[in-house]
Amino acid sequence: MKRQTVRFTINGEARELAVYPNDLLLNVLRDQESLTGTKYGCGIGECGACTVQVDGAPTLSCLKLAVSVDGCKVVTIEGLAKGNQLDPVQEAFLDNSAVQCGFCTPGMVMMGRALLDEKPRPTEQEVRDHMRGSLCRCTGYASIVRAIMVAGEKAELS
Amino acid sequence: MSTTVKIPATHLETGSRQVGRPLERIDAKGKAVGSTRYAGDYVMPDMLHAKVLRSTVASANLRRLDVTKARALPGVVCVLTGADVPKHMVSTDIPGQTGSWGQNTGQPILVHDRVRYFGEPLALIASESRDIAERAMTLIEPEYEPLPGVFDPIEALKPEAPLVQGVGNVVASQMVRKGDVKHGFETADVIVERVYRTQFIEHAFLEPEVGLSWIDENDVINIHVSTQVIEHFRVVADAVGLPYNRVRIRGALVGGGFGGKEDVTVEIYLALLALATRRPVRLEYTREDSFVGHGKRHPFVMTYRTGVKNDGTITALEAKFIADAGAYVFLSPSVMVYAATAAPGPYKIDNLIADAKAVATNNMYTSAFRGFGAAQACVAYEQQMDEVAKAIGMDPVKFRRKNYMRAGDRTATGVVVPSAIWTEQCVDQAWTALGEPVEVSGPIKIGRGVAACLQGYGRLTSLHDTSEGWVGVERDGTVTVRSGVTDIGAGQVSALAQIAAEVLGVTLQDVAVYNSDSAVTPLAGTTTATRALYMTGNAIRQAAEAVRRRLAQRAAKAFNVPPDDIDMAFSKVFVADDPAQSMAFRDLVRICAAEGIHCSELAMFCAPFTEKLNPETGQGQVHPDFSYGAHAIELTVDTETGEITVIKSVGAHDVGRAINPAAVEGQIEGGAVQGQGYALSEEMIYKEGRLMTPSLSEYLIPTAMDVPQVKCIILESGSGLGPFGAKGIGEAALTPVAAAIANAVADAIGVRIAELPITPEKVVNALREKE
Repeated sequence: MKRQTVRFTINGEARELAVYPNDLLLNVLRDQESLTGTKYGCGIGECGACTVQVDGAPTLSCLKLAVSVDGCKVVTIEGLAKGNQLDPVQEAFLDNSAVQCGFCTPGMVMMGRALLDEKPRPTEQEVRDHMRGSLCRCTGYASIVRAIMVAGEKAELS
Repeated sequence: MSTTVKIPATHLETGSRQVGRPLERIDAKGKAVGSTRYAGDYVMPDMLHAKVLRSTVASANLRRLDVTKARALPGVVCVLTGADVPKHMVSTDIPGQTGSWGQNTGQPILVHDRVRYFGEPLALIASESRDIAERAMTLIEPEYEPLPGVFDPIEALKPEAPLVQGVGNVVASQMVRKGDVKHGFETADVIVERVYRTQFIEHAFLEPEVGLSWIDENDVINIHVSTQVIEHFRVVADAVGLPYNRVRIRGALVGGGFGGKEDVTVEIYLALLALATRRPVRLEYTREDSFVGHGKRHPFVMTYRTGVKNDGTITALEAKFIADAGAYVFLSPSVMVYAATAAPGPYKIDNLIADAKAVATNNMYTSAFRGFGAAQACVAYEQQMDEVAKAIGMDPVKFRRKNYMRAGDRTATGVVVPSAIWTEQCVDQAWTALGEPVEVSGPIKIGRGVAACLQGYGRLTSLHDTSEGWVGVERDGTVTVRSGVTDIGAGQVSALAQIAAEVLGVTLQDVAVYNSDSAVTPLAGTTTATRALYMTGNAIRQAAEAVRRRLAQRAAKAFNVPPDDIDMAFSKVFVADDPAQSMAFRDLVRICAAEGIHCSELAMFCAPFTEKLNPETGQGQVHPDFSYGAHAIELTVDTETGEITVIKSVGAHDVGRAINPAAVEGQIEGGAVQGQGYALSEEMIYKEGRLMTPSLSEYLIPTAMDVPQVKCIILESGSGLGPFGAKGIGEAALTPVAAAIANAVADAIGVRIAELPITPEKVVNALREKE
């Protein structure tokens, strides 16, 4: 197999990378770009721990070929905060104790961000429905759902 | 006895208190922004990638394992088989916890000649890339001679059953005898009997097993690994034949454990490959590797027989447990101790027989899982309590109230519990919190259930458990904590920081914790058995108090008052009755440092040490102490489809003292959901030993859509043996949930499904049979 060149932005920075046609976006982010915040949990799209945003849409990076993001904007968990200014979803995760082992957290935060971008004030049921593909084994989801709703409320107030 | 520091009332009033507040955990931010490095996030130059080749049969002789093609593949650096590690056995002992029943607890690191379960490791591969390692796996062709296997523990008990280990299939047993059961049943008005069954359960932590090993400049094998137990460095050293001080295990923040990272996982493989190649080696399990590769929760068959008087007094209990141990012993003996001694639950039953047997089969081996045998027992005793109440026509809560073990009563093993027993408060509050029932109609039926539990915290007292911790103060007024403890996600490390901050009158932000390194942090023991806060929290509290005493003595001299009059808060040291007389904490530290006053302390906390239980009677101390709690459930059942929807879920637990109430809520909420999965959807299915559910789309843990908001009721008796009167919550949060759900289903449909998980199919079948 021969490497191909792909050009895309990661967290706002333009990148030009040589990747194999079968390289997964998850592995490129983690191994080539050292962006280890995106997690491997299952490799087959069942757990959501690898969720990133591709052109604003939440995307399972373990199912996405790196060559397919040519020309796209990729945002990972590392790209959400602006310097020390956390994303409101991240803030809300901290304020609502929605982080335990933390392994699902990056994927959860990315999913929560995507929902609020679409729908700034979701109902609890909408949050739960949106998050159904992201698994957590520690929190029981209560604090995660709460955090996403609170982030929506706060954004509306400000 | 050293004096302990009480929280002065002034701390409560001024808000300087650190313990008891829902503070943001010190590990939370890194996790939320993605900067936390887990064990799988470390790489090294020149690193190799490893894979484990596993058996695809459950019972066979391994006749041939030809690895020549794999070794010849370009990029493959090393292939190891059982022939390369002939004498090395995985001793999964935590000394004293396994092996005392005369069984062969050892598992070959790699199969030599006999395969005993599906997924047993055959070979290790290290190569230049993951892809090459995967290709090399396909080039190894094992030749098996199939052997008859046994896949059901009851079958395995029959004399004609194939022997799994060649010495009889009972690998561990534990009996408990108390009072006169014959007399007890004779005086009963009603006797209720039922068999309850539970299933294989997978931990399904989000982070699969992973680690990185290398040999350093001092010839020490370093292993950076996701584990609950860094003290397996000794097990690794034994396995590879090195002195204990030449293996160093560094933990990392762990992406979930629940008992599944309590046994050794990838450590020995990593050590062998690093030794063989002299290069760094990384081994990361796929999800399927993880599902196939680590032990499960024991399935139990539990036969309960209870005698009761018409007034609700229990006169006798006979409980028999048969657990599937799978092909190797691992922690089965200890799980049997937990189960047998928890057989009556939090109830006073004077006439009692409990027998627990773990039986070898050619299924996956079973070992630790949150609740550790006591959780399975609760599934039985709390369903039985409902059935007995029903048999005598008594309200189930009222019936429980009549039989609770109370202060001064003796446990099943004859011990008076040293702390408060708040079962009644927990049950009453959880039950009341359900409030008004939701309205239903047509084929939808509503049901409610409650379950109480007791759960030991701290490891078995016969193990003589200890924990060490170090606290030091710096000249800028900051505090350093060093402890070997691993943080598996519950906030173990952050709780230590809160405790040190409380004792020394600083804030959480002033404390840095260095943890989980077997070579440089004081050995704190395992993060298992709901022991981290109890054991290591006490060690850190002791260390911090020793430092505080020395600092206070010096401050007392400065202010010309007795040391007891000195208080510390807001990073200031002052005279308690006259706060105007004060100095900055850091100034006091500087004075002490200049005068050679020792500003740090290494402390060791020892749990109660006891002998093993009397083998004939099971009498004696088992745990340092118990946590008591309850869970209440309201759910609906669609009687046409069998679908169950949990509407309300309430956990009420006496945690003694909530060091961090937000973290306690997290444990209760998470336990409620794990317990719901146990009750309704999760099952590792093995067919002739082969795993049929090797993915998260076949093994169904609850999603956000499957669960309600959990209501948490935290009670604080202040009576626990942990720091500031804390008990433990990690396991107790899960233990009563499944039984509460089973009771609610029975309440809804009027028929009991005594076999977990309670699937829609079982509901529909049970309703058909009822008609």
